[in-house]
Amino acid sequence: MSDDIVLRTEGLTKHYGGVHALDDADFQLREGEHVAVVGDNGAGKSTFVRQITGVERPTAGKIFFEGREVEFRTPIEARDMGIETVFQNLALADDLDVPSNLFLGREEIYFNLGPFSFLNERKMLAHAREALNATGIKIPDLRNKIRNMSGGQRQCVAISRAASFASKLIIMDEPTAALGVQETAQVENIIRNLKTRGIPLILVSHNLRQVFDLVDRIWVFRRGRVVGTVEAKKSHANEVVSLITGVKSGTGEEPAFA
Amino acid sequence: MAEAAGAAAEIAEASRRRSYPAELNIFAGLVITALVFEGLGWILLGQSFLFNPARLQIIILQVAIVGIIAVGVTQVIIAGGIDLSSGSILGATAMIAMSFAQTGTYPRAVFIEQGWVDLPVIVPILVGLGCGLFAGLINGLIIAYTKIPPFIATLGMMVSARGVANWYSKGMPVSFPTEGFKVIGAGMTPVIILVVVAIVFHVALRYTLYGRRTYAIGSNEHAARVSGINVERHQVLVYTIAGLLAGLAALVLCSRNLTAQAGMGFTYELDAIAMAVIGGTSLAGGRGSIVGSILGMLIFGIIISGFTFLRLNAYYQEMIKGAIIVAAVVQDVYRQRMRGRA
Repeated sequence: MSDDIVLRTEGLTKHYGGVHALDDADFQLREGEHVAVVGDNGAGKSTFVRQITGVERPTAGKIFFEGREVEFRTPIEARDMGIETVFQNLALADDLDVPSNLFLGREEIYFNLGPFSFLNERKMLAHAREALNATGIKIPDLRNKIRNMSGGQRQCVAISRAASFASKLIIMDEPTAALGVQETAQVENIIRNLKTRGIPLILVSHNLRQVFDLVDRIWVFRRGRVVGTVEAKKSHANEVVSLITGVKSGTGEEPAFA
Repeated sequence: MAEAAGAAAEIAEASRRRSYPAELNIFAGLVITALVFEGLGWILLGQSFLFNPARLQIIILQVAIVGIIAVGVTQVIIAGGIDLSSGSILGATAMIAMSFAQTGTYPRAVFIEQGWVDLPVIVPILVGLGCGLFAGLINGLIIAYTKIPPFIATLGMMVSARGVANWYSKGMPVSFPTEGFKVIGAGMTPVIILVVVAIVFHVALRYTLYGRRTYAIGSNEHAARVSGINVERHQVLVYTIAGLLAGLAALVLCSRNLTAQAGMGFTYELDAIAMAVIGGTSLAGGRGSIVGSILGMLIFGIIISGFTFLRLNAYYQEMIKGAIIVAAVVQDVYRQRMRGRA
């Protein structure tokens, strides 16, 4: 194992009662690498994400982050270590504006009076503007409430929230699933931008065109197992589809179905 | 070209939405309500409703005490909760606080044997605030840590606190406060207390972490949680403050009436909720403001006082009051549905 591995899992397993949602998953992510996690519905992609972000606790297995074994009890613990996640159900407060959402849970304050500390709105607004510029996101009015924004704008806020705070790793679960063509393009630009900034990314997606466009390496999940990993440049969609559907087995362990 | 026009339209649309505070609607509602009663006054009675300083003073005084509760209830509702217990907490707190505020000249004072009469005014004040705080704390702990609906938890407190009020002096009123205690509710003091409380909570909700967390939890509890906000601890704080304000209202009311009775504050919780909802606070949580609630209080006060002014029978007044509360909630639900569609 070389030193440039950011995240690694060993035998990661999650059972919900009798359902083996994730079985013995070995996964790794290198410094600056963008990878995709693909698979059919129920293949264990989202389950995998929930284990490595601390939303759920794995049944068995180990997670190593920056070479050390870690155990995230809550998403906040993962976040404190520099892992930011854009969840499928956007974790935004609809009645708050953009800076309030970007800084939710880590507000800038003037001086500490416990819960009655005064908010430094000006600083948060300025930082929000910077963060959005850095990710190339255009939102006309930052003081507008999330409720009044389009799906694409909301997604951009959620992503720039992750992108502006993530120091070490960003995980996105289906970031463009509900978006139109233009909005999807905007999100993809943000992802390319992260690549140039050298921030590693795990992208969960159904969209193979997008996956081949954006990432270096593709991990294929099927029925809760990692069934293969391919380099995007040396592979093609047919190979990945075969892995997803089980026509071809990347690891050779699974029987091939015609 | 078309794209640029679209973007421009989007910006214009966004700024239009923003530059139109919800409180403006409510203020318009206040003006319309006042004008309706003014018109009815001239038509039915041949006299003015508004140009009567004594009446305006009474309206403000009448809403001031429930208004203190409404401030607490507003922040509970913004946080996505509800508090049905404030009227009963007021009743229980008034009885207990008053028993520490009695003069020694009254031979049947509750604590005359212990010699706890003619106490400095700070004692009943601390006892009263302590009672309210304690009841609110229990509400908060139950709601935050058992995850039962706030409606049920505070309904339980509503019944139990009323029980405490009845039990405390076996149904007898507690009266004859010291001169010092009488000051709390005398003259326009209740209004001053309301204004101070309203300013404090306006600032807290608008400019501090407390407010940011309150709105965030009411808006999307899941988002607040994954963002690292300690939702449970904040809920406890919000309900505790609501209880504290109910205790404060109890002090003002029993001081003003010079007596505490077990039935005090009956249905005040509904009046307070109505004021908040009329003032634009959404029962779905996440939306509302103290400024809105103050306007809601005034609308509520004008309607009640207006009916008296029009010599409407007190029984009808109660019926209409119930209808107003329901109507306020209906329009809140309707407003949300429109928003959901937009």
